[in-house]
Amino acid sequence: MAVTQLIGARVQRREDPRLITGHGRFIEDHTLPGLTHLAVVRSPHPHALILGIDTAAARALPGVLAVLTAADFHKVLSGSMPVTPAFAPEKKYVPERFPIAEREVCFQGEPVAVVVANDRYLAADAADLVHVTYEPLPAVVDPEGAMNPGSPLVHTDGPDNIGWDMTYAGGDIDAAFSRAEVVVKERIIQQRLAPTAMETRGVMASYSPYSEDLSLWLSSQNPHFIRLFVSGAMGIPESRVRVVSPDVGGGFGSKISPYPEDYLVPAASKLLGRPVRWIETRTESVMTTIHGRGQVFTAEAAALRDGTLLGLRLTQVLDLGAYHGTFGAFQACACLMAGGVYRWEAISARTVGVLTNKVPTDPYRGAGRPEGTHLCERMVDRMADELGMDPAELRRKNFAREFPFVNNFGLTYDSGNYDGTLDRALELSDYQGWRQRQAAARAEGKLVGIGLSTWVEICGFGPSAATAGATGGIALVESAQIRFLPSGSVAAYVGTHAHGQGHDTTFSQLVAETLGVPLEAVDLRHGDTAEGPAFGYGTYGSRSLSVGGMALYTASQEILAKARKLAAHLLEASPDDLEFTAGAFTVRGNPQAKKTIQEVALASYGGNLPAGMEQGLEAVSHFDPPNFVWPFGAHVCVVEVDRETGAVEILSYTGVDDCGNVINPMIVEGQVQGGIAQSIAQALFEEVVYDGESGQLVTGTMLDYLVPTMNELPTPKLDRTVTPSPTNALGVKGIGEAGTIAASAAVINAVCEALRPLGIHHVDMPASPDRLWRLMQEAGR
Amino acid sequence: MIPAAFQYSKAGSVKEAVAQLREAGPEAKVIAGGQSLIPLLRLRLSQPSHLVDVNGVRELDYVHPEGDLLRVGAMTRHSTLVRSELVQRHLPLLAEMAAQVGDPQIRARGTLGGVFAHADAAGDYPTLAVMLDATIVTDRRRVAARDFFQHLFTTALADDELVCEVVFPMAPGPHRYIKFRRRLYDWAIVGAAVQKLDSGWRVGLTHVGPTAVRAAAVESRLQAGASFTEAAGAAADGLEPPSDARASADYRRHLAQVLTRRALEQAA
Repeated sequence: MAVTQLIGARVQRREDPRLITGHGRFIEDHTLPGLTHLAVVRSPHPHALILGIDTAAARALPGVLAVLTAADFHKVLSGSMPVTPAFAPEKKYVPERFPIAEREVCFQGEPVAVVVANDRYLAADAADLVHVTYEPLPAVVDPEGAMNPGSPLVHTDGPDNIGWDMTYAGGDIDAAFSRAEVVVKERIIQQRLAPTAMETRGVMASYSPYSEDLSLWLSSQNPHFIRLFVSGAMGIPESRVRVVSPDVGGGFGSKISPYPEDYLVPAASKLLGRPVRWIETRTESVMTTIHGRGQVFTAEAAALRDGTLLGLRLTQVLDLGAYHGTFGAFQACACLMAGGVYRWEAISARTVGVLTNKVPTDPYRGAGRPEGTHLCERMVDRMADELGMDPAELRRKNFAREFPFVNNFGLTYDSGNYDGTLDRALELSDYQGWRQRQAAARAEGKLVGIGLSTWVEICGFGPSAATAGATGGIALVESAQIRFLPSGSVAAYVGTHAHGQGHDTTFSQLVAETLGVPLEAVDLRHGDTAEGPAFGYGTYGSRSLSVGGMALYTASQEILAKARKLAAHLLEASPDDLEFTAGAFTVRGNPQAKKTIQEVALASYGGNLPAGMEQGLEAVSHFDPPNFVWPFGAHVCVVEVDRETGAVEILSYTGVDDCGNVINPMIVEGQVQGGIAQSIAQALFEEVVYDGESGQLVTGTMLDYLVPTMNELPTPKLDRTVTPSPTNALGVKGIGEAGTIAASAAVINAVCEALRPLGIHHVDMPASPDRLWRLMQEAGR
Repeated sequence: MIPAAFQYSKAGSVKEAVAQLREAGPEAKVIAGGQSLIPLLRLRLSQPSHLVDVNGVRELDYVHPEGDLLRVGAMTRHSTLVRSELVQRHLPLLAEMAAQVGDPQIRARGTLGGVFAHADAAGDYPTLAVMLDATIVTDRRRVAARDFFQHLFTTALADDELVCEVVFPMAPGPHRYIKFRRRLYDWAIVGAAVQKLDSGWRVGLTHVGPTAVRAAAVESRLQAGASFTEAAGAAADGLEPPSDARASADYRRHLAQVLTRRALEQAA
């Protein structure tokens, strides 16, 4: 599709005036007559038996309406919270999970009781008065230790702690290693991360016993899935449940899966016959919202002396937490993507999902692809170091160059130009200049390192053939509905749901351009299951444009097809003789004979229609992508490590990415910049820490969990190349996770190279000053 | 914020504040800028029965030079200290420290007196007060800084006693405060302050123990003519720093030496 007036234009985000002037509407901005407030009583123990719950004191507090425990919720909720097959379909053990604990608590923060009161302060006071008697049990904290046969059990009734254990075999790995001239090994830790959306979670529910329907407002990335799960658990027909997810203040993957409160709040509303609202505190958020990453990799890579990569063998030990996240096994895609942008003879990847007494892990921005990239790019750098090759040269020697490229696991990369992004990144970053400056700095005893990350990702979830099985039935296609109203205004409904991506703008650009109407005429609507098509599939995995945008595009084409027939009828011409440009149909060779799309829209509601045509001008479309899409790029980071303090300073950061055709370059740059920030945060700052003995969360506040700010982050130099995707008519890929997937490897490669003169090969994340100082101390001995 | 319930009253003068504190009893607390107290209330780690709000006590918001002393009212906000020409002229190190407190919002609300009364081990001003032998003036007495800070979050203040003023010696000479932290608005992991007086160097350390530390060993080595590097080598002498998720005790000892040397080099 050609770049036109609106496609490819830096249109300012339409949602911003509202959001940045404080007029966004988040969950806590919504209220209902007679609203009550819910607080959750949570386990202070990572693992314990519940011996008794004394609710008398809490009930006695004036203004408290109810104190509810599992026994109450069993009256209105049934079943176990959902777990999808994702990338580990053969599960060994999936513990049942009712939204509230009854006999045993398995992570710190697990709900044990809820209090409903007339105001939020009372609810919190009463929650403090609920007295729960526990018998503490040993907590399983370390996932590798949890794999041992003698390990204490995460669930006392479980067979062991192994959620899954499977190996992806991509080629003859033994043959590849038997030819190896050089082998490098490494152990790489992906620390747990807290997603830390600016808006914490929140749920407001209103069940009407008279109409027997449920309205649910919650901060979600995919309201339709929540409707499906909650209606099922509550035994309410899906059509009688409405889920509204208004403005969403960030998600990063943490608002994809259903949470206990998504069930407990509507269930409490049904039990009380009153509307109920719960807003997660920041303390609850760090403790009970899903964590990301949480993986330990061991890997070995084999190559020939000339730098030809042969084989990669790895094991991913994935810290599941106390229960499987609904999409937790998605993170096993780190294994499938561990080969990165390179040609390997064989890759063998074992993934083991291990239960621990911690909050579950689930997809977090990038979800498996940052881990796969980090692993691959670290191993390639280790190999370059071992071979004495320039890391850029080793990469180039092994790049995949023919597309479509089928990787070791049969995944087909749609298009790519890895040399193109690397060349541009080296140029833009002044790579050669930095190599010279690095040599000079090293001569002065300074620790300067240059790190590369040439990355590729799988996104645009996804083709029904692959995804229907992965979710357990529902293919991750996308739906859209477009309606012309008689006045010519356009309502476009999408099943994706923005939480910062700028869909109001990008999608409106797309619709306005395709239908030839002004941007202002398009009203983009999402986040309310009462509107639009029957099902929407949500926003995650950089899928919204390449799947949802395509659904909008195909719906637009259907509208235009009908409009063309009607215009031809009105102009008394053949449809084939009409041209559609700038929002109007004209008869070829007779530009005076013209009907604007708005005129056609109005006529569509009238009586003068061609034989057999129904009134109205609207279309519903589902788009089932034929393949995933495969964005890629090259990032270059230059750091200096303070030899005395271990502090890392980023001297330069460059990212050159390729996400195919672009609708709005400004939004793409914003996504890349934010993604890089989030990945640098992992590389240098953030880490969820649990005490190794007690299993207590150590980093429970924003004082201890170090989310960096703009003060700590570089302004990256950015550029793009354009390699359109052949899998969709728009030629688009995805960009929401790109920066997050790329950056941690570039930063850590740079830190490792900086420390290389001291004999240090590898640094785990976060590369904090105290960790680097300790490594340097040890290396100096 | 969902704190536990508390009573609340506003005081318009020191006299009113003390009377309200006395009446409310030992579980009452003073709230000034609230930048440390409110997070504690939010987490319910602090559950005072009563908050006496002293934000209306205007009589304590001042910077007064007097002879060779600089008197600073307890209700002076960090942002005022940053901007104050009097502070910049007579005790520029105080302005330099104030500029490194938190972020602009915190500096606009937080007060000098609040830092002293709260006595966080990572507070910056206590380091300056201890190393320069400042005096803390309360509604009823004067206490030397070294006697005021007793332990972590523990001062010589009685339950109903209010910090009114801190009296610093003027010190316009070479100085530097290096606050080592991960994020611009964080507390110090370790801080090192140096100030040259006519009588010699004064050196103080932040967050290397339960209270601020005057690095007397460094001062005496400098007095004896040692180089900055030699002198700074004594910065960790006798320290028993905390270990936490941010830094081990060993790392803090190491930082104390490195930062002291750098502060001396940058100040001179």
